[in-house]
Amino acid sequence: MKWVALLGLLAVVPAVASEEQVRLQEAEGRTRAEAHCSMCHSLDYIPLNAGILDRKGWEASVNKMIKVMGAPIPAGEVPALVDYLTRNYGKQ
Amino acid sequence: MDRRTFLWTSGLGAFVAAGPSFAEVPGQPAGLGEGARASAVLEALPGKRALIKRSYRPPNFETPLEVFRDTITPNDAFFVRYHLAGIPDPDPAQWRLSLGGAAAGKSLSLSLADLQSGFEQVELPAVCLCSGNRRGLSSPHVAGVQWGYGAMGNARWGGVRLRDLLAKVAPAAEAMEVLFDGADSPVLERTPDYVKSLPLWKALDENTLLAFTMNGEPLPRWNGAPVRLVVPGWTATYWVKHLDSIRVETQPLKNFWMASAYRIPKGKFPVVDRFLTQETETTTPITEIIVNSLLTSPLEGQRLAPGDPLLVEGIAWDGGFGIASVDVSTDGGVHWSRAELAPELGRFSFRGFRQVFPGLSAGRHVVMARASNRAGTTQTLDLIFNPAGYHNNVVQRIAVDIV
Ligand code: HEC
Repeated sequence: MKWVALLGLLAVVPAVASEEQVRLQEAEGRTRAEAHCSMCHSLDYIPLNAGILDRKGWEASVNKMIKVMGAPIPAGEVPALVDYLTRNYGKQ
Repeated sequence: MDRRTFLWTSGLGAFVAAGPSFAEVPGQPAGLGEGARASAVLEALPGKRALIKRSYRPPNFETPLEVFRDTITPNDAFFVRYHLAGIPDPDPAQWRLSLGGAAAGKSLSLSLADLQSGFEQVELPAVCLCSGNRRGLSSPHVAGVQWGYGAMGNARWGGVRLRDLLAKVAPAAEAMEVLFDGADSPVLERTPDYVKSLPLWKALDENTLLAFTMNGEPLPRWNGAPVRLVVPGWTATYWVKHLDSIRVETQPLKNFWMASAYRIPKGKFPVVDRFLTQETETTTPITEIIVNSLLTSPLEGQRLAPGDPLLVEGIAWDGGFGIASVDVSTDGGVHWSRAELAPELGRFSFRGFRQVFPGLSAGRHVVMARASNRAGTTQTLDLIFNPAGYHNNVVQRIAVDIV
């Protein structure tokens, strides 16, 4: 099946309205993460994985989103995203 | 409207769900990470009862432990797993399945009515189990959907045999793999679409089905309506939902979901079935479900009074060899005794077991259950670690205090 937005056949919607209640940690970089990480899936994928990845792990994860999943995130944004994710959701 | 706004707002009104319950979800396994515990809520997708939310979009919802007291999992409690957020709601009357491919002698387009009238109708109970079930219990933890015990269910799947359909398109001698695509889709074009393949021999297995009923009802939307693939014995990654295309091909499928995801290190797990056209030097696609069990009684942290009988009860399953025995222990694995098995619904189904221990002494008792199958394999006591957290069949240890 082809991608949704192109065909316009399917509505990509939050399965349940409560997705709106997912909020990332209030800290420097939050809006950047919300903008880049909510296109393909809800933001709860991030807190769900809290405490698992260290800086290298989050860097690999963001790069996977770009290289494998095709996330349109400019390379220049990656370091700040990785900082935010490591500080707020990193392995202690 | 830019795409983000579209994604966030379109169609919100179409779904009315029971609001989330933010109190910590009861009965979460002790081994789950902090993130998994904190972000879990009990919430109902439309048409489902409240399940444990792991992610909203795509919806990943887990079946709570108490549901597994029954050997058949009700449709409204059956877990939901998607990778990609473009989820269709197909009209069964309009739905078409196309069959073809480079190794097919001809191509065909079938409607649901064609499936219902043109082929022998069969029904079979089988466990649908996410490869990553219990990933959240991996130690060390690994990234991904942090499933506890409930990314699985057992249903009676009704439909037609895939091999009867394949016979109609006359696969050539060079046929190697059969590819399956569903109507679900990624949000962005560059994200790999979810397409999976099976080796020809597994596609031709008499138990591999195209199901359009589940426990006698039409498939729920979230479980793949109107038609999904059912691959008894193999993990749910192959059970493609909203199935609309089947292709017989002469080459191995090399996409992200086959070549990178759903791979296990070679030689580490007691698996029998091999998917040779997809193997590399070091890894192999996940194939059959390995032998496992789940205790539904006692519960973690349960307390009993001295003299109270202790009920040790649960379900066991494997990749279709069938459960041979379940051994249970109440002293952390020092002594074992054989539990009573419930009648077998079928070799791909959950099988109940139970054992009652009358009046244990005061103190802490560690309850364990260890299933073995007819292929002679048994559950592991120590985690077989792998980077994606697949195939977790570690024997549970449930502490009960008798005070
Ligand atoms: C182009 C689409 C896309 C974008 C944008 C995107 N992701 Fe993902 N992400 C995916 C897909 C697809 C999955 C697999 C989902 C699944 O299997 O449940 C995923 C899964 C994940 C997972 C689970 C672990 C894994 O690798 O499967 C994490 C964590 C994650 N994403 C974090 C992020 C973060 C952080 C961002 C922003 C920097 C982001 N994602 C942006 C597509 C995307």
